[in-house]
Amino acid sequence: MVDVLERPATLAEPPHEAHGPTGLLKWLTTTDHKVIGLSYTVTAVIMMVIGGALAEIIRAQLASPNGTLVSLAQFNELFTMHGSVMIYLFAGPFAFGALANIIVPIQIGAPDMAFPRLNALSYWLYLTGAITMLSGFFTAGGAANFGWVGYAPLSNSLNTPGAGADLWIGGLLLTGFSAIFTGVNLVATIFYLRAPGMTMFRMPIFTWNLLVTAILILLAFPVLTAGLIMLYADRHFGTHIFSVAGGGVPVLWQHIFWFWGHPEVYILALPFFGMVTEIIAVFSRKPVFGYKGMVFATISIAALSLGVWAHHMFTTGVVLLPFFSMMSLLIAVPTGIKIFNWIGTMWRGEIWFSTAMLMALGFLVTFLIGGLTGIYLASPPLDFFTHDTYFVVAHFHSVVMALVLAGMAGLYYWGPKFTGYLLNETIGKVQFWFLFVGTQVFTLPLYLLGLRGMPRRMAVYPHDPQWQFLNDLSSVGAILIGVSTLLFVANLVVSWKRYPAGDNPWDGQTLEWFTTSPPPHHNFYRLPPIRSERPTWDHNHPDHRALPHGHRVEAPE
Amino acid sequence: MRVEARFLLSLGLFFGIVGLIYWLWSGEDAGGVMLGAAMLLGFLPGGYYYYWSRRMRPRPEDDPQATTASGSGVVGAFPGSSIWPFTLGMGAFFTVLALVFGIWLLVPGLGLVTWALFGGVAESRRGGGV
Amino acid sequence: MLAAAGVVAGGLALSGCTVPSFGASPGDTTSSRSVFHLWQGFSIGALIIGGLVVALIVWAVVRYRRHGERIPDQHQYHIPLEMTYTIVPILIVLGLFAATMVVENKEVANPRTNVRIDVNAFQWGWKFTYPGSNAVVVGQTTQAPTMVMPVDTNVHINLTSSDVVHGFYVKAFNFSRYALPGVLNQFTLRAVATGTFFGQCTQLCGLYHSLMWFNVKVVTPSQYTAWLASFHGSAAATAAAAAAAAVRQQTSSLVPTKLATTTGTH
Ligand code: HEM
Ligand SMILES: [Cu+2]
Ligand SMILES: [Cu+2]
Repeated sequence: MVDVLERPATLAEPPHEAHGPTGLLKWLTTTDHKVIGLSYTVTAVIMMVIGGALAEIIRAQLASPNGTLVSLAQFNELFTMHGSVMIYLFAGPFAFGALANIIVPIQIGAPDMAFPRLNALSYWLYLTGAITMLSGFFTAGGAANFGWVGYAPLSNSLNTPGAGADLWIGGLLLTGFSAIFTGVNLVATIFYLRAPGMTMFRMPIFTWNLLVTAILILLAFPVLTAGLIMLYADRHFGTHIFSVAGGGVPVLWQHIFWFWGHPEVYILALPFFGMVTEIIAVFSRKPVFGYKGMVFATISIAALSLGVWAHHMFTTGVVLLPFFSMMSLLIAVPTGIKIFNWIGTMWRGEIWFSTAMLMALGFLVTFLIGGLTGIYLASPPLDFFTHDTYFVVAHFHSVVMALVLAGMAGLYYWGPKFTGYLLNETIGKVQFWFLFVGTQVFTLPLYLLGLRGMPRRMAVYPHDPQWQFLNDLSSVGAILIGVSTLLFVANLVVSWKRYPAGDNPWDGQTLEWFTTSPPPHHNFYRLPPIRSERPTWDHNHPDHRALPHGHRVEAPE
Repeated sequence: MRVEARFLLSLGLFFGIVGLIYWLWSGEDAGGVMLGAAMLLGFLPGGYYYYWSRRMRPRPEDDPQATTASGSGVVGAFPGSSIWPFTLGMGAFFTVLALVFGIWLLVPGLGLVTWALFGGVAESRRGGGV
Repeated sequence: MLAAAGVVAGGLALSGCTVPSFGASPGDTTSSRSVFHLWQGFSIGALIIGGLVVALIVWAVVRYRRHGERIPDQHQYHIPLEMTYTIVPILIVLGLFAATMVVENKEVANPRTNVRIDVNAFQWGWKFTYPGSNAVVVGQTTQAPTMVMPVDTNVHINLTSSDVVHGFYVKAFNFSRYALPGVLNQFTLRAVATGTFFGQCTQLCGLYHSLMWFNVKVVTPSQYTAWLASFHGSAAATAAAAAAAAVRQQTSSLVPTKLATTTGTH
């Protein structure tokens, strides 16, 4: 059925009841962004659990210098698939496929995504891509084992024959197209389906960040896809694009990969930044501080992120060091603006320490550590010194674990909107402490380990009591993180249909809190007038609108 | 529309400048080409939006004073449900598996893709139905 | 003012050593020492800025916890403040960049020298060739070969790879560089202390990547000359050449038995 939607002023009933098949067929045929978003969420969380399980095996192996839990070959598969699952199958799809899919259309007052069937296709490509990549484990040669970056010529058919590598490429092709379609869909939705009065500079920061993310996807992912096709051609069609033997250039793969790979870092991060921005504002009962600055900071981060790829290649000796160093250092500026704006949002607020807010604060601190250590890596001499050691592993795990904290914040905050039920706050807070403390215990020793000279991707390492102690400490942290994941699952079970949420449990500010929980089929019965980026807040607190531009604080009447 | 256009055009401009500096300074072609392509990806849609932003009346979503009523009217046609995305996805799945396990998988792969394309287009023209 | 962080970095590079090490160590080459000072400078900057931000967060969290249903002032912009935290970071970044460039230019400079070592990385070992002499050292995995070099001398390294990407990394030198197939990477090391230092391949290169070890032995110039001479016309030279030729084929058989048994190749 096609619903021809009109935009009404108010409705007693949803514009259209959901119709079409029920049961399993409903999930296969749905084009409703909320159902697709839910599929994405569930799948991505499962991927996080799988990736986490692989990480726990890695940490167990490294608990002693000559660990015998897995073989050298299996170890290479483990970290490759851990990295690949986490980046390609968890963090990305969770960021721009899961919550974004559910929340963005509602935040701008749209009835659905602009291309609902394309949206469904994105999900199916993501799911089949995930299955393709993971099925490498079940082939005779094992899963891909050349690291999540697949550097040529290690990834060619001479050094890595076998189906696992091809399945890795195939999986990435599928998820890559999935991402591109999602990007197209988000841009079209945000440009064409906003509600009346929802001007660009009234969009919530989360939506802004997803718009910028979507554009980054469109800029970066086609490059990866092209690179993968070249890699496949090298492996099977006898081309020599990346091999010296036939006149190719191995380092070209690194250029292509990182031209996608660095923007990908922000494709992962920006949506989570958006979540945190909204959450901090709502739980401080204040508007986002420096809203416009926040938008421009996001855009600058995205723009700069396309010009920094070779900071991952400083030690190749063949890249322009000053250019990439300067561009990379510059990204710290808009990132800093964001951090100060987050603090500014809390300043003089009334902070409610819900689980979501705690997770957001955990994000802030963890991300600060990851961000500051990133500045070191933007300096080539310091990168020469730490590159490919555990220092780098520590740096990006501070960042990605911060994103996990932010994602959890997002689930606690928005989960009630699309399920209709709250999660248990007590379990949530315990989970937070395990996750937050675990993250620090896991990452902080790794910084030292890197400085003491332990390279990454080592299945075994020389007997050195210091190395072993730091590794063991890190493994304890990994266990704490594992416990936090179990607590999350336990919370889902305990809270299942227990605590009805109501439409607006947090005194939310944006449009999604105006509609019901869960929202009706095409999202809205009616819309409030949109006069700022906080229409729901303005509607609920007409006397407490944001003070105008440049307005100094004055005593409340 | 105007903000959208400016946003993309300025991104394109930025990539153009950075790309040029990079390419002249480093003499490395791959990055120069990729930044050039990024510039185009800013200019093409940006130019399109700019063209239209000058030729159409401001939409209610661009009007800060718009009321809910001013936006009433048809928003668009949204499919209620459809089996074709799933079919197409499975087709793509088999096509990719053909890259790994053998060319014969292209038969179900491309078969499903073709079927889904026809089915999807027909569905749109009919205006509905699963 | 806070741009001082950058200047601090530079200043420290000169004054040095009473400052904490922040987990790193000065290392044993001239470059490694300047890298170490840069590290200290960055660390001080990071601690100042990070400390400030954490203090602000803690203050906000403690001071502004919710007390009731009061709705706080809804102020949203403070342009001078926002300008400040845009401009100050830009200045800091420029400072950091300047300090970086100073150290980097020294580190990547290739002064003229007549001591040269050709380093070739392969799966999974290293070959050190000393042009102008018969000296060749080859070894793989944990039978780490030793690269001998003279102290207080500029040593020019020509780094290549014969198969995949490897990483030449010596912790004590605070330095690493890729060995890229098809690329000749050149750099200069100037050790300031004698001793034996551990080195390892840092870029994933396949099955035995974890075991691709080597040593660097820094000796006095006279010991170095004697060492080179020991190869001259000796049987060692032929032996080394033969080893080099055979090396690719033998790789897996040379892996220590203990590890080999835990290593199931699929
Ligand atoms: C339970 C939490 C986690 C633990 C205990 C963990 C542990 C590890 C360890 C020990 C390594 C290094 C393996 C090695 O170099 O030998 C690693 C690598 C990696 N991790 Fe994680 N990790 C966790 C979460 C994540 C998350 C959430 C992401 C991304 C969203 C992620 C992305 C990566 C990537 C990309 C690599 C590099 C893989 C490679 O070297 O090819 N990890 N992880
Ligand atoms: Cu990067
Ligand atoms: Cu290696």
